[in-house]
Amino acid sequence: MAPQSVLVVDDEPNIVLSLEFLMKEAGFDVRVARDGESALEAVRQAPPHVILLDVMLPKRDGYDVCQTIRANPAWKDVRILMLTAKGRQIEKEKGLAMGADDYITKPFSTREVVERVRAYMPDAES
Amino acid sequence: MGLVIGVSLGYLLILFGIAYWGDRRADQGRSVINNPYVYALSIAVYCTSWTFYGSVGLAAQGGIHYLPIYLGPTLMAAVWWIVLRKMVRISKVNRITSIADFVASRYGKSPLLGGLVTVIALVGLIPYIALQLKAVSDTFTVMVMYPEVTAQDLMHSVPFYMDTAFYVALILALFAILFGTRHIDTAEHHQGMVAAIAFESIVKLVAFLAAGLMITFVIFGGPADLFDQAARHPDLAELFRVGELADYGNWVALILLSMVVILVLPRQFQVAVVENVDERHVSKAAWLFPLYLFLINLFVLPIAFAGVLMFGHGEIHPDSFVLALPLSQDLQWLALMVFLGGLSAATAMIIVETVALATMLCNDLVMPVLLRIRWLRLQQRKDLTRLLLHLRRWGILLGYGYVRITGDMVALVGMGLVSFCAVAQFAPALIGGIFWKGATQKGALAGLAAGFAVWLYTLLLPAFAQSGWLSMGFVEQGLMGIALFKPYALFGLEGLDPITHSLIWSMLVNVGAYVTVSLLTRQSTMERIQANLFVDVFRLSADRYGSSRFWRGTATVRDLLDLLKRFVGEERAVRAFHQYARARGLDFRRMREADGELILMCERLLAGSIGTASARVMVSNVAKGDVVSLEEVMEILDEASQVITYSQQLEAKSRELEAATAELRAANAQLQQLDRMKDDFISTVTHELRTPLTSIRSFTEILHDHPDLETAKRQEFLGIIISESERLTRLINQVLDLAKLESGAMRWYIRRLDLVEILTEAATTTGQLFRDKGVDLALELPEQPVWLPTDRDRLMQVVINLLSNAVKFTPPQTGRVVLRLRPARDGGVRVEVEDNGPGIPAEALPTLFEKFRQVGDALTDKPEGTGLGLAICKNIVQRLGGRIWVETEPDQGSRFIFTLPVPRSPEANDD
Repeated sequence: MAPQSVLVVDDEPNIVLSLEFLMKEAGFDVRVARDGESALEAVRQAPPHVILLDVMLPKRDGYDVCQTIRANPAWKDVRILMLTAKGRQIEKEKGLAMGADDYITKPFSTREVVERVRAYMPDAES
Repeated sequence: MGLVIGVSLGYLLILFGIAYWGDRRADQGRSVINNPYVYALSIAVYCTSWTFYGSVGLAAQGGIHYLPIYLGPTLMAAVWWIVLRKMVRISKVNRITSIADFVASRYGKSPLLGGLVTVIALVGLIPYIALQLKAVSDTFTVMVMYPEVTAQDLMHSVPFYMDTAFYVALILALFAILFGTRHIDTAEHHQGMVAAIAFESIVKLVAFLAAGLMITFVIFGGPADLFDQAARHPDLAELFRVGELADYGNWVALILLSMVVILVLPRQFQVAVVENVDERHVSKAAWLFPLYLFLINLFVLPIAFAGVLMFGHGEIHPDSFVLALPLSQDLQWLALMVFLGGLSAATAMIIVETVALATMLCNDLVMPVLLRIRWLRLQQRKDLTRLLLHLRRWGILLGYGYVRITGDMVALVGMGLVSFCAVAQFAPALIGGIFWKGATQKGALAGLAAGFAVWLYTLLLPAFAQSGWLSMGFVEQGLMGIALFKPYALFGLEGLDPITHSLIWSMLVNVGAYVTVSLLTRQSTMERIQANLFVDVFRLSADRYGSSRFWRGTATVRDLLDLLKRFVGEERAVRAFHQYARARGLDFRRMREADGELILMCERLLAGSIGTASARVMVSNVAKGDVVSLEEVMEILDEASQVITYSQQLEAKSRELEAATAELRAANAQLQQLDRMKDDFISTVTHELRTPLTSIRSFTEILHDHPDLETAKRQEFLGIIISESERLTRLINQVLDLAKLESGAMRWYIRRLDLVEILTEAATTTGQLFRDKGVDLALELPEQPVWLPTDRDRLMQVVINLLSNAVKFTPPQTGRVVLRLRPARDGGVRVEVEDNGPGIPAEALPTLFEKFRQVGDALTDKPEGTGLGLAICKNIVQRLGGRIWVETEPDQGSRFIFTLPVPRSPEANDD
């Protein structure tokens, strides 16, 4: 069984740094992307189990990335967790409508993020 | 006999004297009749010799049957303020001369209607005048022949030169000619005549009261005694009870009849409307006149009872009781007084009625006809004043001739009520005309003609028949033997007295025809104008001439003057023109074209002489062009202008509302936009705040949960926490700065400062940034200080912001930034911050200085600014009176420039 993998997508270097650290500590295989296009590129190379996806991204925003991934049946198992800074109801709904599995509001609790990502990993689901 | 004649003549002389005095006073401008008491007394001309003698006669035969004739006017007086005042105003505004003129004028100045009214009045009233004359001669006979007088004596006729009435008529004709036709302008007041009439009203009242008092208290032992005796008398006892149901009908009919005749009798119209000098008198007369009626009726029953008790039914006619009672007691002086009272009642009525009828005859019957007969060439005649006066005078004399003839033939008994019934036909057209705009000329004509026809058939013809003039057959069997056409029981309506019967039918037919035809026919434009003038008189006569002052025709002043001269005399015409010119500050000799107002004035002056219908014909003869239609247009405009004004007001209001709505909508849109901007701002700010906060929280939790982290990692994470905290602080400060700047709450400390020094200091402050990144900073500043009033800290903030942006966007080591100060073209200075960075993409330029519009940068992963720096810079520079902008080219770097004004000052020159 392949190691549980997570893709962290955010344009804030320090947030990426903290999430990368947390995911590694939790024992996941971590990759990072700083904008929407590199995120899709990373998915194309190897679809991760879980994506932590920020909404406000340069080039292609989080909704766009989410939609593109969902449009491809090959990636239907990829779990997407939106990171939304605004925490507004409309943003959550829009994210879910675009095919996200869940959302996490910034600023987040580090433990909660780890628990949430772990919960969406394949062995946990099965 | 000599005494009676002497006293009578003396009395008539006094009357002449009073009339003469009244006219003199009027000429001197001290009017006697401008007085509500005189006005009320003149209205008492209503009480004729028929009241004076006839009431007692009626009471002796029918108890209180005489009362309705006085109850009607009393009831009517209550609404005089509404009806009579309106008639007075209309007549004044339109210079109405008679009731015929009034009706004709209301229905489009129709000569036909005027003529019809005149004919009805003449036919209906001349017998009534004859009745008055007969009363005079009868009472004269009683006075002279008592106690041998018999009913026979009164009935048989004597040759005219033996007839007292003839001489009285002659004298009265003289009076009427002297005081009733003295002026050509009949719309002017006959002041002497009215004064004499008022005097006569006093005389008849005093005489009747004196007789009543004497008979009740001296001949009998007071009212208690008199009524006591009467109640025991078999004939009189019956009089105390009110009769059958039909009697009630008669009562109501008589009350209604007398209610309208007090308005429409030509003599009442003459004194109450034409001779009225002040509308306010109407309100006082409204209670004075009923009081007069009350007083003059007070002793009618006592005298009647006394007469019956004294003479029984028989040799003495009840009509003569008033006179016979004093005579029987040998109270010669009282009898003489009563005779004078009766004489005054008769003469007053005759004088006023004749003057009124003569005016109508002349203005509404003869003149319109004569003016239309071309071969008389009246329209071309130079002076018509004499003709008019002659017409009127001969009219009066001819009237007496007619009276003399008909008086002999027609049974005079009850002629008063028959006359009342005839003139009552005017009531629908007259009263309807002043309250109902829709009434048409054809309606009025139809109503009048129909009512008059019914009156002729049901009252006058039977009266003729009874006096032997016609066969009685049609009265008894109906016309051509058809019972339905019986004049006293038309269509089977039986059981009423002839007056009530005729009144019901004639009014039914009159009102029915008037209303029906009015509804079915259309008004001509002229009628519509006149209808408006009459019905809306109070609104329209607010200005002097009503609404017709826009009357436009084309006429020369000369033509108008000539016309006027012919009818009113040269002196009066010239005077009127002078007055007109003077009132407008013009010289009338230089006036050539007559304006509408002048034409109107002429028409009104003429109307006073020859009646409105004829005046119209004459003026439109001179004033060429379609005056009628123009006047109509103006009338309609006047009416329309109200509607227009109203709708304009409405439009203005709705425009105001629309404007207000638009403003509100705009304000609302602005508020909504502001609200959206605020929302955007807040959500952007919170987003920007959350980003550093997220990092801080994450690393703090990581440090907390991993106490065993190696020192290097620990130091790195702590460093991030510190720098993110600084970023958060900076962001908060800038948000607060911007909020203060935008709301105007920022405090400014403006002083004269050296700009060179401030720029140098800003460069020093940011020096470390440049050194850290290895970017070169060059200063190109003048050596001399540049003084200007500014806020040190704010200006420093701008420069530091621009410099740190420049550092951020230039490559390390090769980067180069220039800070430059140069004079600006407008006399101020310009500060430039130039870099050799990548430049700014064109699409970012328009929003560069707006809040939270960061430009992405290829060199760093993420710009480190808050997105508020340039917005703050722009705001500060603008507040300092300058302008900020950027010049940039891709790969060539950017140059941020701002200007500041330098005010000219002596100190600046010294430096």
